[in-house]
Amino acid sequence: MAKEDYEVVMGIEVHAELSTKTKIFCSCPTTFGAKPNTQVCPICMAMPGTLPKLNEKVVEYAVRAGLATNCEISKNSKNDRKNYFYPDLPKAYQISQYDKPLCEHGYIEIETSQGKKKIGITRIHIEEDAGKLNHDDLSGGALVDLNRAGVPLIEIVSEPDFRTIEEVDAYLKKLKSILEYIEVSDCKMQEGSYRADINTSIRKKGETKFGTRTEMKNMNSFRSIIRALEYEINRQVDVVDNGGTIVQETLRWDEVSGKTFSMRDKEDAQDYRYFPEPDLVAIKLSDEYINEIRNTLPEMPESRKQRYLDEYKLSEKDAGIITSSKYLSDLFEKAGKISGNYKAVNNWIISDISRILNESEMDAIEIPFDARQLAELVMLIDNGTISSSIGKKVLVELFENPKDPKEIIKEKGWIQISDEGAIKEIVLKIIEANPQSVSDYKAGKDRALGFLVGQAMKETKGKANPQMLNKMFAEELKK
Amino acid sequence: MNITELTVHELQEKIKSKKLTIKEINNAYIERIKEKEPEVQAFITPLLEQAKEKAKTIQEKIDSGEKLSDLAGIPIGIKDNICTKGVKTTCASKMLENFISPYDATIMNKINAENMITLGKLNMDEFAMGGSTEYSYFKKTKNPWDLTRVPGGSSGGSAAAVAANMVPWAIGSDTGGSIRQPASLCGVVGLKPTYGLVSRFGLVAFASSLDQIGVFTKDVRDCAMLLNVISGYDELDTTSAKIEPKDYTKSLQKDVKGLKIGVPKEFYGEGINEEVKKSLEEALQKYKEMGAEVEEFSLDIAQYALATYYIIACAEASSNLGRYDGIRYTYRSPEAKTLKEIYKKSRSEAFGTEVKRRIILGTYVLSSGYYDAYYKKAQQVRTLVMNKFNEAFKKYDVIITPTSPTTAFKIGEKSTNPMEMYLADICTVSVNIAGLPGLSVPCGVDSKGLPIGMQIIGKKFDEETIIKTAFAYEQETNFRAKYKPTFKGGVR
Repeated sequence: MAKEDYEVVMGIEVHAELSTKTKIFCSCPTTFGAKPNTQVCPICMAMPGTLPKLNEKVVEYAVRAGLATNCEISKNSKNDRKNYFYPDLPKAYQISQYDKPLCEHGYIEIETSQGKKKIGITRIHIEEDAGKLNHDDLSGGALVDLNRAGVPLIEIVSEPDFRTIEEVDAYLKKLKSILEYIEVSDCKMQEGSYRADINTSIRKKGETKFGTRTEMKNMNSFRSIIRALEYEINRQVDVVDNGGTIVQETLRWDEVSGKTFSMRDKEDAQDYRYFPEPDLVAIKLSDEYINEIRNTLPEMPESRKQRYLDEYKLSEKDAGIITSSKYLSDLFEKAGKISGNYKAVNNWIISDISRILNESEMDAIEIPFDARQLAELVMLIDNGTISSSIGKKVLVELFENPKDPKEIIKEKGWIQISDEGAIKEIVLKIIEANPQSVSDYKAGKDRALGFLVGQAMKETKGKANPQMLNKMFAEELKK
Repeated sequence: MNITELTVHELQEKIKSKKLTIKEINNAYIERIKEKEPEVQAFITPLLEQAKEKAKTIQEKIDSGEKLSDLAGIPIGIKDNICTKGVKTTCASKMLENFISPYDATIMNKINAENMITLGKLNMDEFAMGGSTEYSYFKKTKNPWDLTRVPGGSSGGSAAAVAANMVPWAIGSDTGGSIRQPASLCGVVGLKPTYGLVSRFGLVAFASSLDQIGVFTKDVRDCAMLLNVISGYDELDTTSAKIEPKDYTKSLQKDVKGLKIGVPKEFYGEGINEEVKKSLEEALQKYKEMGAEVEEFSLDIAQYALATYYIIACAEASSNLGRYDGIRYTYRSPEAKTLKEIYKKSRSEAFGTEVKRRIILGTYVLSSGYYDAYYKKAQQVRTLVMNKFNEAFKKYDVIITPTSPTTAFKIGEKSTNPMEMYLADICTVSVNIAGLPGLSVPCGVDSKGLPIGMQIIGKKFDEETIIKTAFAYEQETNFRAKYKPTFKGGVR
């Protein structure tokens, strides 16, 4: 059968690290990138006799996420233990939530080329992250780093509502932007603070029963997710087409070979022996508490987008791109306000900034310069201090070595030449050196003017004011 | 004057009246330990040198006029499942044979703040699982009343050390009877407070929803004094109760007129030794004479308490003991080459039989497909037990039962038959299931001269009434003046 004869069904579990200052059950810091085992205490190292204490901020953040995804918030929730052995899990159980998650029955709306669609959110629950194993080259073994152990997570489980990879991509981007907007997670994918497990199955079109699913674990790049799903869907179609059956298994995507590999199959599926965590009391939330959080939710991407359409007359597409990330959106608003030129800021973000982010696989949050610096760049062009082509060079510089643009152009000597005398000198020099072009121009080949201007720009390393060059060439050549 | 025979409040008087110094007291205990420990075997880690040093420092402070707590310099023994910074905390297990805690349990902070002196870490059943202290990896503690017999368990080291006058009082822990039963078998006072009255932070967990730290003392007054020290809300233990601190010594009143005592007939039936029963009946008669109202009632749910207890306790234990995995601070099998082998071999080699039995039981009852039939059902029965106790406490101020169905049994008598050993907890487990306070006070001896204990059960957070009830009886009968451990049958 052809691929088109199958329907793909996907569901997603997203793990997002919450950006609380301290861990979920102790007061160790959650900062990323510290030296191994320096952000630990007897509690997160699971020393005998220690007890967890629930960080109230974690509950607040999870409720915020629930409200932002249209969930019902449970007023009576609890923690449970998920038991399994692994060296990065020092208690040999993860404190999570089993049958009474904090948030349930939500949805978010996504938009694809097929239009709008609601994706159901089954549940959102809180849990602790595990530590990390670092390969030890000296001994050939592994070393346990418990800095991440106890960093708070929310797990957001979707309904199996996805039918296309485009929907998966749109959902993951939308969810990420929501979590950024409500400031509960920085969603830095490269640091693993926003990662997805994707369940995939296929069935013949018209079939009502789900096919056997595979689970792809710990995906943390949009690009790999698309590639991996393309691979996995094709693999499943091939297996079924050749008379095989899909095995329920957990898969690992290998970026280098572009293939999925089995981590474990159903046979060694773990029995996690969930039971209520006896060391913690039930989580009871009042209506007042939930409403207070509801009332402090910030403006969400949809309403910001509408505002951009109305107030700044951005195109539908540009407004969509900018509001997809809180950081881009904040950058746009702040830089627009300072420079007074929203249109120019919009153009910078949509073209050059987005391109650089894409090429370097950076998250918007990792942009190293601030709104004031971007605004300054816009103003330097607006007031003619630099040309827009120098502007592009300044932007690259801002990404590589962020400083105030004024300082950058001063250091680099990029200030635009707008002095009439200086421009005239250059124009005369270029005319003299290019008699052929001059006579071409005089013979009616207008394109020759462009060549001469280009030569002048080259001569001045792009610093000459292009409008003045144009004007002066035209004048001189008329003579 | 025999210093080590004195209670703590008696020691305090002698200190106040300058008849004794801190140094003299501690030296007396150190000598006593040197004399008796070889036959009793109550200590896993004695801290005699450190104690001597600390006694010296405290004596100097007192001599220089510094104002210290009136418990400063009083010695104490600590069960070896309570974390003590810089000193081994082994839980009587090969698994933690060399574990030194990097922090102090909350109750150790409280004890240290009083400037009390820890004489040592005391023996117990491995990870507090057992009723005889025979399941210690290190040694078998002997009952000072008859050295061929067990001291009870799991806090057998604490009970025996107090009974043998090697410490004036001691800390223990009680998950299903581990303070009250050894207190009964060793003829001392033992209190398991209400679940949540004492912080569990730093108590190595066996069964988190049942574990509670408590005390062993020579008399009820000392019990109230030590409870004053260790009780109270702790923000590090969110299951500890936010209640106003109380002075339990205010409950040391002899008056029990009009006190309503409930006597659940199921605790006086089959399986309870006749001599124990008789002793309890005499005690109840004494209460009547003192003006209390004694009434029999039925607490038939209690017959399910033991099964409920073993399901919940084992389930929680199977999870709590997962962290002893050979990776960090525990024993690691030298044979292990792969990760699976580290887990399997380390745990196989370092856990004792009883601990393994309970981990297997607990893993089973939590397994998918069995959870509803066992763990969930047990939690439901637990709620029923609580309700039945609540109902009874609408009528009665306290409930009185035997603490243990028998007096101290012979070493080796039950250690190979787990079911018989579990039955030793039959009178005590329902109190843990319901989270209530229970106190064991000596009420006589059997024909072999072995002590018998009476268990007084109170309402939640009503330690005052059980202390008052026990105190009145103790003042009236004065067990300590009549009976003393004989250390018979010992081979040195």
